[in-house]
Amino acid sequence: MLSYLLRRLVFLAGSLFLASVVLFLLLRLLPGDPANSLLSVGASPEQIEAARHAIGSDRPLPEQFAHWLHQLVTFDLGDSFVSTLPVGPEITSRLNVTVPLTLLAFVLAVVVAVPVGYAAALRAHTRFGTLISGVSQLGIAVPVFWVGMILITVFALRLGVLPAGGFPQDGWERPGEALNSLALPVITVALVMSASLIRYVRSAALDVLGSDYLRTARALGSSFTRAMWRHGLRNGAVPVISVLGVELATTLLGAVVVETVFALPGLGSLLAQAVAQHDYPVVQGVLFVSTFAVLVIGFLSDLAQRLIDPRLRGRLSSGGTR
Amino acid sequence: MRTKSVPLLGGALLVSLSLALTACGSGSGGGSKDASGSSGSYDKNATIGIGSLYEPQNLDNTGGGGQGVTEALNGNVYEGLFRLTDTGKVENLLAKDYKVGPDGLTYTFTLRKGVKFHSGKTLTSADVKYSIEKVMAEDSQSARKSSFDVVKSIATPDADTVEVTLSAKSISFVYNLSYIWIINADAKNLKTSEDGTGPYRLDKWTRGSALSLARFPGYWGTPATNQKVVFHYYKDATALNNALITNAVDVVTSEQSPDALDQFENNPNYKVNDGNSTTKLLLAFNDRVKPFNDVKVRKAVTSAIDNKKLLQSVWGDHGTLIGSMVPPTDPWYEDLTKVNPYDVALAKKELAEAGYAKGFGFTLDTPNYDPHPTAATFIKSELAKVGIDVKINIITPDEWYTKVYKNHDFSATLQEHVNDRDIVWYGNPDFYWGYDNKQVTAWVKQAEESDTTERQTALLKKVNTKIAEDAASDWLYLYPQIVVAGSKLSGYPLNGLNSQFYAYGIKKG
Repeated sequence: MLSYLLRRLVFLAGSLFLASVVLFLLLRLLPGDPANSLLSVGASPEQIEAARHAIGSDRPLPEQFAHWLHQLVTFDLGDSFVSTLPVGPEITSRLNVTVPLTLLAFVLAVVVAVPVGYAAALRAHTRFGTLISGVSQLGIAVPVFWVGMILITVFALRLGVLPAGGFPQDGWERPGEALNSLALPVITVALVMSASLIRYVRSAALDVLGSDYLRTARALGSSFTRAMWRHGLRNGAVPVISVLGVELATTLLGAVVVETVFALPGLGSLLAQAVAQHDYPVVQGVLFVSTFAVLVIGFLSDLAQRLIDPRLRGRLSSGGTR
Repeated sequence: MRTKSVPLLGGALLVSLSLALTACGSGSGGGSKDASGSSGSYDKNATIGIGSLYEPQNLDNTGGGGQGVTEALNGNVYEGLFRLTDTGKVENLLAKDYKVGPDGLTYTFTLRKGVKFHSGKTLTSADVKYSIEKVMAEDSQSARKSSFDVVKSIATPDADTVEVTLSAKSISFVYNLSYIWIINADAKNLKTSEDGTGPYRLDKWTRGSALSLARFPGYWGTPATNQKVVFHYYKDATALNNALITNAVDVVTSEQSPDALDQFENNPNYKVNDGNSTTKLLLAFNDRVKPFNDVKVRKAVTSAIDNKKLLQSVWGDHGTLIGSMVPPTDPWYEDLTKVNPYDVALAKKELAEAGYAKGFGFTLDTPNYDPHPTAATFIKSELAKVGIDVKINIITPDEWYTKVYKNHDFSATLQEHVNDRDIVWYGNPDFYWGYDNKQVTAWVKQAEESDTTERQTALLKKVNTKIAEDAASDWLYLYPQIVVAGSKLSGYPLNGLNSQFYAYGIKKG
């Protein structure tokens, strides 16, 4: 297990380095000069040159890359081209919105999807099961922003029970207000996320229900509940957890949509703005942090699967296939 | 991309992603009124929520703070020697008065006494010198930098007197000073904090979300009529309108979504105010190249497009037709909509005279944000009727800046020009549209060196008429400036000149 952990950590570091190279290069391939975004009509050629010099976009690429790597190693993400303020603290403050949003939505989605998906599997051949299947299929097809707009119309504009958007200026110093403003976005994300989760849970549960080991356990005298609890849960959990990891990562990266709809000052809206402004340090910083988060999520979900399923563990410690 | 307001002497357009629409005019003469207050009682300790699409990039207007920083801080937190009022008048503010020397090159300003910065320091002439030099500095990103090229030296004979010597006469100088924030010369970290003399001090700025101002107890003048002002920033017009409907904000600085106006216009809880904007939508020809180097062709295109119908389709009953570069709030405004009337038969005749009886084709470089694509489609269909084939080329603001503005590599383009007094660009043959008329260039120069505003006005009126006759560009329409507020609110500015939004007179109750 220890060697597995070590190897995973090395892999994580390697992936991050690769990601930083790709990020850097891809951004430089984009047409346009970031200095443009600093200027307005009326800017003189001298001002344009001065702006390029100030942000370093006039220096050779290898030099810019070395600078960026050096910053990464020293845990400094640099300063924004546009605002000239440090990127690190900006990202941290945005994470205060995006992380709670993602995690709350994730928890809510799991809480909804696991029982519903399980129930759908138990009653797979009844009208109830078909209905759940159908509704979740529909849920997958519906875009996040549309769900958000419907919820805003109903709960904020019509009923007036929840805010239509925004986040309190004092943030989590006012936990009540902060939770209140996250309520609709969390429900929005959770609804869409649970729609696909329900289908995964359902199919995992169906596998378990049709399995030989469950039948054997029942034949040996276990009650259905006990057999499901002791044998079914563990087996069913493995595929679901790997999906959960992917879903969590997708939600984190997809935050830009829901954050725009609800005017939340999160990581996604920061990224959207920075891309539009060619603000490379901010784009690099946000993507780097997101990449890091996704890799960590992947790592944790692998780890969880191994803890649950000893067969995977065995394979790994003997230097196995992964 | 960030927006900035541009130099007086040449206002300009902002190339901005979040589009500067109306918000950035620089102000100037002409009249509109403050939203008149219901004179009744009001809550002196109210908090006013202001919804805006223009978040500051940072808090320094010479360090690329953008349009949002002007909106939030100009006049509220920082004050100039002069104030540009919402009606476009220039008034003394931190300058008690000033004298101009007989040669027209020496300006002597006497400072108001007893003015304190928010940090407690007393305002002196050294702060004024520092503040002007900050805008002129090499690393200044102020779009107004070039307006101060005429400043030769700044002297401070005593603590209350500033003497500025110019290298050439500049009738706009005092007006230009209304854009210069007077900042404590010792202040640090101006990108995230402030030290001004205004009626509010900065309370808190939460990037990506909101910026709040609190009444400054030591203010030298009339205190603000509210305790606190919070600017809430939104990325899109729908979220902004939702905030107004749910009372998360009390007023929206500049409505950009005409479709949304209905819900406010038919609701007694809101007031929709039509103010004066300085933002013009231009079909700008490249006057250097064929076929648009021919006046006849430009006139024909102008006459072939029904601007009224275009304005109607974009803004409904809001907005104004202008017929030239000058908005009604500029002192040299004249109604020139008749110079090149909408007349398809005339357009065909002019095309024939120019040798294009069978029409021609051209590429229209169109910025990718509203209203440009809509206008481009409309223009394409209008010009098809006179045999002109328009190829619409959608580009990003960034590409526009490089291709059109810097490299002049275009036939015609659409662009909004936000500032007031920006007619003077037609006196610069190197400007992107390449209008080159020696007489106009001379008039613009003489206007700036005039001794009286009457002469300046007369000269710029001539410029205005001449460029209209030459159809130097096609000025499609003037944007409306729409402020929507809860009906309990009064005292808010209506015109948003130079993007500013004075909050100190807003009353709630």
